[in-house]
Order: sequence, then C-alpha cells, then structure tokens
Amino acid sequence: MSALQSQSQPLVKVRDLNVAFVSKEATLHAVNGVDFDLAPKETLCILGESGSGKSVTLRSLMRLHPPRRTRITGTIQVDGTDIVAASERELSSIRGRLVSMIFQEPMTALDPVFTIGKQITETIRRHEGVSHQEAQRRALDLLELVQIPSARQRLDAYPHELSGGLRQRAMIAVALSVRPKLLLADEPTTALDATVQIQVLLLLKRIQAELGMGVIFVTHDLGVAGEIADRIAVMYAGRFIEEAPAEALLEAPEHPYVEGLLGATVTPASRGRRLTAIPGSPPNLRTLPVGCAFAPRCTSAEPNCRAAVPDLRALAPDRTVRCIHPAGLRPSMPPAMAFAAEERAP
Amino acid sequence: MTDPLPAPLAESPLQPLPDVGGPAQALLSVSGLTKTFAGRGKLFGGRAGAVQAVSAVSFDVRKGETLGIVGESGCGKSTASKLIMGLLEPTAGEIVFDGEALGRDAAGLRRYRRQVQMVFQDSFSSLNPRLTIEESIAFPPMVHGMARKAAIGIARDMLAAVGLQPAQYATRFPHELSGGQRQRVNIARALALRPRLVVLDEPVSALDKSVEAQVLNLLMDLKAEFGLTYIFISHDLNVVQYISDRVLVMYLGRVVELGAAEAIFAGAAHPYTSALLASRPSVAGRSREAPPLVGDPPSPVNPPSGCAFHPRCVFSEAVCATTRPALLPVAVPDRQAEHLAACLINQPGSGHSRAPKAA
Ligand SMILES: Nc1ncnc2c1ncn2[C@@H]1O[C@H](COP(=O)(O)OP(=O)(O)O)[C@@H](O)[C@H]1O
Ligand SMILES: Nc1ncnc2c1ncn2[C@@H]1O[C@H](COP(=O)(O)OP(=O)(O)O)[C@@H](O)[C@H]1O
Ligand code: SF4
Ligand SMILES: [Mg+2]
Ligand SMILES: [Mg+2]
Repeated sequence: MSALQSQSQPLVKVRDLNVAFVSKEATLHAVNGVDFDLAPKETLCILGESGSGKSVTLRSLMRLHPPRRTRITGTIQVDGTDIVAASERELSSIRGRLVSMIFQEPMTALDPVFTIGKQITETIRRHEGVSHQEAQRRALDLLELVQIPSARQRLDAYPHELSGGLRQRAMIAVALSVRPKLLLADEPTTALDATVQIQVLLLLKRIQAELGMGVIFVTHDLGVAGEIADRIAVMYAGRFIEEAPAEALLEAPEHPYVEGLLGATVTPASRGRRLTAIPGSPPNLRTLPVGCAFAPRCTSAEPNCRAAVPDLRALAPDRTVRCIHPAGLRPSMPPAMAFAAEERAP
Repeated sequence: MTDPLPAPLAESPLQPLPDVGGPAQALLSVSGLTKTFAGRGKLFGGRAGAVQAVSAVSFDVRKGETLGIVGESGCGKSTASKLIMGLLEPTAGEIVFDGEALGRDAAGLRRYRRQVQMVFQDSFSSLNPRLTIEESIAFPPMVHGMARKAAIGIARDMLAAVGLQPAQYATRFPHELSGGQRQRVNIARALALRPRLVVLDEPVSALDKSVEAQVLNLLMDLKAEFGLTYIFISHDLNVVQYISDRVLVMYLGRVVELGAAEAIFAGAAHPYTSALLASRPSVAGRSREAPPLVGDPPSPVNPPSGCAFHPRCVFSEAVCATTRPALLPVAVPDRQAEHLAACLINQPGSGHSRAPKAA
C-alpha cells in the first residue's frame, strides 16, 4: 500500500474480483482474481493490451454488466458501499452521486438531442434539487473548469456542433456535474490527436487535484500512463500481474510480460535498434491455462509456473508482482534480452 | 510506362519490374498534388462547402528509402496516399514514377499498379471475408494474368515470407485470424506482385503494442529482402521516428516540413512540428504543466488565412495571418540544404521579427 493509503481509508477496495460472462457455448473468464485499493485523491492507471479485462474491471465498479449473463464474485467497496451486494436502487444512487464514468467515444455519454447546457443543468437539478438559475450558473462554471472557450455560447451547443476535443471536454463536464468522489476513465484520450490528447490529460490531472477525486484510468498506452498515473497496475488475461508506483514500474518492471511490453513499445530511443517483440499472443479467455497465463510466451517459465497461478508477492511495501521469477530476483539474463536474442537467432 | 503490359505477364511475376531511371532518379515524384472534394455539408451542421483535403503537395521518394508522413487526423494523409495509388483523381498536380509521368491510359495505370501497392490500417475490411487467405493473396497476380495454380504457389511463398506457416494458415478465412495475423496477410498480398513502392497507411495503428513490434520488425525485414521503398503514414511520431529515413509533416492539407528524420527529430524547424513532438506522452513529461498547443486542429472547410497554423502558433505575428509561407530550405547554417519548412521565421526578409535578416 502506498503512503497515501496508510493515512486514510481507501476510497475503493477490491478483493478477489472475478467476472465471467456465461453463454450457451462457453464461459469467458474476463477478470480472474483482482485485488487493489485506491486512496482518495489518487490516480491508478490500469494498463494492458486489448482484451486483458481493463474495461470489465472498470465497469464492475459501477456494476454495468448485463445482469443475467454475468457472474461476479469477490468484494468491491466504493466509499464503504458494497457494490456486489447493492440493490439496483442503491446502485443508481451511487452512479448519480459518488461515481462517474468517461469514455473513449463521448457520444456514449452525451445525448445528441439536448444541448450541452441542458444535459448538465438537468443532472445538477435532479441530483441537488437547486433552482434552474443556480444549475445554469454551475453548468457555466463546469464548462469553464474544463476550459471550453466561449463557455456561455457553448451551453447552447448540441454535441455534434463541437469539435472532437471540445466534445471530450463536454463529456468530462457532464461527468463532474454530480461532484463524484471517484472518476472512472476508460481510454478517454485514445481517439484524440496527439496535441489534443495532451491537453485533455493535463486537464484531467488538474481537475483531479482541484476537486480531490480518486481516478481509475484505463489505457493501453504506456506514455499516457506515465503522464497521469500515481500508480500503475498491469493487466494480463484478467489478472493484475504487477502493481507499483508509476515511475518505479516504468523504470524497472519486474514481471516478464511488463518487461516485454516495455521492450516492444516504440520510443524515441528505439531508433536504430531492432524491437524486442513478445512472441505469440495472449491466451484464450475461454480456456485459460492452469498456471501463469503468460507462461507459454515467457522465457523465464519453468514447470512451477505452469502448475498453479503464482501468488501475488510483495517486493516492497508499495510493489506487488504475480511471478515466480521477477526481474529483481532473477540471477540470469533478463527476459527482454532473451527475447531479443531469440529473435535474432537464424 | 510507354510499353503496354503484355497479358499474361511476360516477366516472371516474382521478378520486380526493372529500375528504369537508375539509382539517382527519384522512384516517385509528386508535384503540386491537389484534391478538392465537393462539399458534403449536411452531415456537419448543415454547412456546405468544398474541402481542399490536399493542397499543392510536392515531394520525392528516393529509391530504397522510407518516407514517413505524419500529421493529425484530417490533415490529408490518406487522401494523399489514395492519389498516389491512383484510387482518386487529382484536382491538379502530377505524379511521376521512375521518370515517367503517370497517365490515365489503362495500360500505363495497370503497369503502375503492379509496381505500387498499398496496405491499410483496417486489416479486416481490406480482405474479402469469403476468400481463404491464399485466395486473397493470389488474387492480384491472377488479375494481372497469372494462372491460378502459379498464383496460389506465390501466395504460399508470400505467407511464409510474412511469418505465417502456409500449411497452417493458407486455407483459413480472415475471421479465423488475429488482427496482427490479418495485417501480415495484407502485407503478403501487397507484396505478391513484387511491387517496388509500398504505401502503408497507418499499418500498425490498430494493433496492440506487442504485435505492433512484430509487424514493424517484419516490415524492416521485408524491405531489405525485397529491396522495397516505403511511404509510411502514421499519426504516431514514435513509430515514424523509428522507421523513417526522411519525414514529411502535413498540416491542413499542406506540407509544412520535410527533411531527414534525424534532423527533424533533433530540431524541428516548423513550430507545428515542434509542438507535435512535444505533445508525445512520456514518463519524462510528468512535470509539465502547460500543453504544447491549445485548441483543436482547424477545419479544412474553412482554413485560416496566411499560415494555416497561425491561430495556434505561439510565434504568430500579424504577417502570419496575411502571408502564406512557401516550403523553402531552412535558413539556419548548420542545417542540411534538404531540410525544408513552411514558416516565415525561417525565411529571410519575410517580415517576421524572428526571421534572419535578408541577404
Ligand atoms: N458483456 C460481455 N459479454 C461477453 N464478453 C465480454 C463482455 N464484455 C467484455 N467481454 C469480453 O471480456 C474480455 C475482456 O474485455 P475488456 O475488459 O473489454 O478488455 P479491454 O482490456 O480491452 O478493455 C474480452 O474477451 C471481451 O470480449
Ligand atoms: N471522400 C471524401 N469526401 C469529402 N471529404 C473527404 C473525403 N475523404 C476525405 N475527406 C476530407 O478530407 C480531409 C482529409 O482527410 P484524410 O485524407 O482522410 O485525412 P487523414 O488521413 O490525414 O486523417 C478531411 O477533412 C476529410 O474529412
Ligand atoms: S508562419 Fe507564423 S504562424 Fe506560421 S508557423 Fe511560422 S511563425 Fe507560426
Ligand atoms: Mg477496453
Ligand atoms: Mg487517414
């Protein structure tokens, strides 16, 4: 646990979360035993490749899965409320009060037939029962907070009248209108151009600090995680396989998959070098291997890795890894180099 | 491209067409390339208007090089690539391939299309879902007159070349493959005609990082093995920096900077390029507070006057709103002559206060 967390009660507490989607043909194990805490005012990034279970984990915190086909077990507490056990009524109160979510595609969250101003004022009035005038004033404040230029005129704009970057800001304003303690962000900058993405990332960082929200930010982009995260948790096949303070993780990853991912990511320093691609592809979530899900692709794997899922080990008070041979405890060649050697072999 | 293509192919299809102009001759030379789309208006708030997607774009692609093209979405990268491919008719401008102007006669186009192939971002929609992988790859050679059996043979060779075991993959269908495997198939199909130039439009943008690395390594290997020349289009600056020999930066349909990758990434001459480079998310950026640029890219329906970048540029002065900077050699002594930028700051006597004094 981080220093922040030991000082206060966690805002989010997740223990042994499992989420499976059941259909006639198969059961898909999307999340397989996830544990984590989020301190108030902390930003945790969940980093992983597509299909690793990031969005499912995030949506579980608001229980947004199709109820009939989804099997959720484990504990999820948000600000003391048990999300797994909550009734539908309690859930909708939490969704409108405590927790907000933003998405990659802003039209997921915006209603195309109402103006931005109307959407924000309605949310505020429903939620706080203030006068129309007061709600209007707050809506204007929110558009200014998310740095929408000419905010007063933009209150009367429909979502389709805004550019991509402004629409993303409008969605953030709508999400903030309930004064959430927890903001869930599912790749909110992935579809944006580079010069706009960095604006939105810095905006989120500033708002997070100003409003003192906890943020869980899902991304597949190491650089984005590096910009915004206090801590990073890396997901693979539905598990958190490594969790650490952002800088520590990006500087010296412990899990062979995270090492591989860093080696495979093209950075300014990559020029002139061959990239160290990870061989193979992630496992099928319908038929997960018994042991470590990365073992089939891992150069450090040994029989024990395949026998059972490795325990989560604490390497430092604020660092955990789910691997029998983390880099720091490995005497021989680090796997990133082993991948490179293997690839170069004729 | 004066002699018509004999059908069936006279040359063995695994032999690329010969180098006509010699190594010093640019493989592709584009000048004044322009594309205007008639307004489609109504979709965007009822406002009709023509879109100048590509405006007076000129550049060379040298034999054996990788030319990277970067820029934000909507700046005209894909339109430029479709013009180069002959998939769109240019409004103005000329395309010269290995010394010969690209005409509109069928034989010339056919011969050109054999030498210039394309790979798109979307690995799925560019493959026919009802054809097996080997049939998809064999299709272009068959269109160019090769017998089915020989074409299937080539398809299997190409599958092996892109790292997919023919015995395991040849008879599968696109939906039975992962995104990375499908992109390998698209690359194999593009190479089946032994082209000399391959235009890659965001070829790795839809792939996960670990797969992206595999495909980038593959592209480097194939380039060496088959002696290819690449135009590599991407919005990802890190990938462009990694793969390109030279880099072309586009903004709102125009070339704003062109030069050696090393020179541009070490010291961009155009303020837009600098801002684009500084916008890359990175761990090192954690301490930053202000974004390099504010605002969204402008709409090509209603482009700003003068320098199209002036409303977002931190160095903008009155002259920038009235004078459109030409693409000219960078006037800094330690820069190579082949570094071009379209910014008044780099142009002596332009009237910008930061410009060097006119000679
Ligand atoms: N409602 C659902 N029903 C069935 N499968 C689902 C559902 N939502 C997600 N999945 C599957 O769960 C896995 C993890 O998905 P997701 O969490 O969306 O991945 P990502 O890490 O890309 O966000 C994927 O295989 C996905 O197809
Ligand atoms: N077929 C078309 N009709 C009308 N406008 C188009 C068409 N194709 C592209 N455009 C417009 O041309 C501009 C450049 O688009 P494009 O070349 O796809 O950019 P990029 O590939 O750099 O994202 C955009 O404003 C786009 O909306
Ligand atoms: S010409 Fe003026 S506005 Fe354009 S990039 Fe140069 S300084 Fe900026
Ligand atoms: Mg997702
Ligand atoms: Mg494009």
